[in-house]
Amino acid sequence: MSDEDDEIILKDLDDTQLVEQMQDDLYDGLADEVVEGTQILLDRGWDANAVLTDALVEGMRIVGVDFRDGILFVPEVLQCASAMKGGMSLLRPILANTENSAGLGTYVIGTVKGDIHDIGKNLVGMMLEGAGFEVIDLGINNPVENYLEAIDKHQPAILGMSALLTTTMPYMGVVIEELDKRGILKELPVMVGGAPVNQEFSDAINAHTYGRDAAMTAELAKAIVGKNR
Amino acid sequence: MTNTSHKTLIIACGALAKEILFLKKMLGDAGRSIDLQCLPADYHNTPRKIIPGLEKVIAERGCHYDRILIGYGDCGTGGHLDAFVAKNNLELLPGAHCYAFFAGLDEFDALMEEELGSFFLTDYLVKFFDTLIIKGMGVDKHPDLKDIYFANYKRVVYLAQTEDLELQKQAKAAAQTLELDYEYKFIGYGMLADAMDTLALREPAYV
Ligand code: B12
Repeated sequence: MSDEDDEIILKDLDDTQLVEQMQDDLYDGLADEVVEGTQILLDRGWDANAVLTDALVEGMRIVGVDFRDGILFVPEVLQCASAMKGGMSLLRPILANTENSAGLGTYVIGTVKGDIHDIGKNLVGMMLEGAGFEVIDLGINNPVENYLEAIDKHQPAILGMSALLTTTMPYMGVVIEELDKRGILKELPVMVGGAPVNQEFSDAINAHTYGRDAAMTAELAKAIVGKNR
Repeated sequence: MTNTSHKTLIIACGALAKEILFLKKMLGDAGRSIDLQCLPADYHNTPRKIIPGLEKVIAERGCHYDRILIGYGDCGTGGHLDAFVAKNNLELLPGAHCYAFFAGLDEFDALMEEELGSFFLTDYLVKFFDTLIIKGMGVDKHPDLKDIYFANYKRVVYLAQTEDLELQKQAKAAAQTLELDYEYKFIGYGMLADAMDTLALREPAYV
């Protein structure tokens, strides 16, 4: 966030300074620097999970707060997300190999039928992955059959649906009703989100939890599976 | 409300200003009782600002009018605009957004049914494509954002209000910039014109 960023040699920073600097670099959307910092922490013997949580997820949480407060806008958030993705690409293989202690189960997520907005859903997916969920992303324009099939196949701990259009929001209710009819709803917590969605709507369609943003969603999801720190 | 001016105020999205003023002119004498005040067009991308913006104008000017039309669709307020309008005894344009009320609700649904990956342009959006989409969404500075935004899209559909060759050329160029197919549909003012006609023809609310 400062003008002197260029001159900072990441290797020369101590751990605390480096983590802070990585959060700043992530905020500024500097993917190369975030990747470099991730590698340095790993080389210093940091646990991949700690790098993920302390540097990347925390950095992205700060981004989320400033996005909500209107300080950052969609283009900047997307740059931040790419930077985080860069760091995660280094961590993912390590996390997959080490018996991931944070393994919280599977989270199936998708944008509902008729809607092809996916930026928010992708961010949520990334933060859920960062929190320790295995994320199955169904992509966009999902009819109820896609959700049912994925539930059957992946036995998720949580199902998430995203909608960005007023016209597609009600479809989340259609899916929930179908899950209820089939007796799935009482065992499967359903989370809903997307810019036009709010708590009131979430309650009205009988969703388990409304997630206002990606960081909050990750926290709420952890609480649902009983693993809140 | 103590006056009996029988006047109508339209509080609209800035993106509709030119169209509403044109339609008002077309109404001739009947259009004279209609005033327009616009909110910034960029509220479009931050729908949460729309209702507070409307509240402010209504508080400042509402008492001088006996009827207020809100020149928005739902526009991403998640039904809140509907509730706001009902609570305050106002009127609202039909449909989810301007693309729908220009095209007509059935026609818009048909276009989406035909190809869900459609990105719509109106005269306004063609004119300000560079400002709103390319610059406004950061594509000029980060060209890779174009693919992040538009990876799910197949075609640009220009829903034209006027038959303007220059705008058609620009719309085609916009589609090329986005690397999408291009389709042109002249649809005129659709339900915006209907709403204005109704306003002008109706008896005043308070006599
Ligand atoms: C970016 C954007 C686009 C991009 C989409 C890129 C993409 N790949 O998704 C582009 C430019 C392509 C686009 C296209 C269209 N868009 Co658009 N778009 C937006 C915009 C500006 C931002 C949405 C966004 O990505 N925000 C950033 C993310 C990070 O925020 P978010 O999505 O809210 O997600 C957060 C939370 O909601 C939550 N969340 C999200 N999903 C989930 C899921 C779960 C399970 C949980 C728990 C939480 C959660 O966490 C996320 C992260 O913090 C909104 C306006 C707005 N501010 O909402 C309009 C908006 C949604 N679009 C709108 C419209 C009308 C369209 C178009 C029809 C316009 C056109 N000219 O054709 C087309 C759609 C056509 C079609 N075929 O469907 C309208 C919808 C109006 C309405 N009545 O519903 C809006 C509201 C703008 C407006 N006021 O007109 N759009």
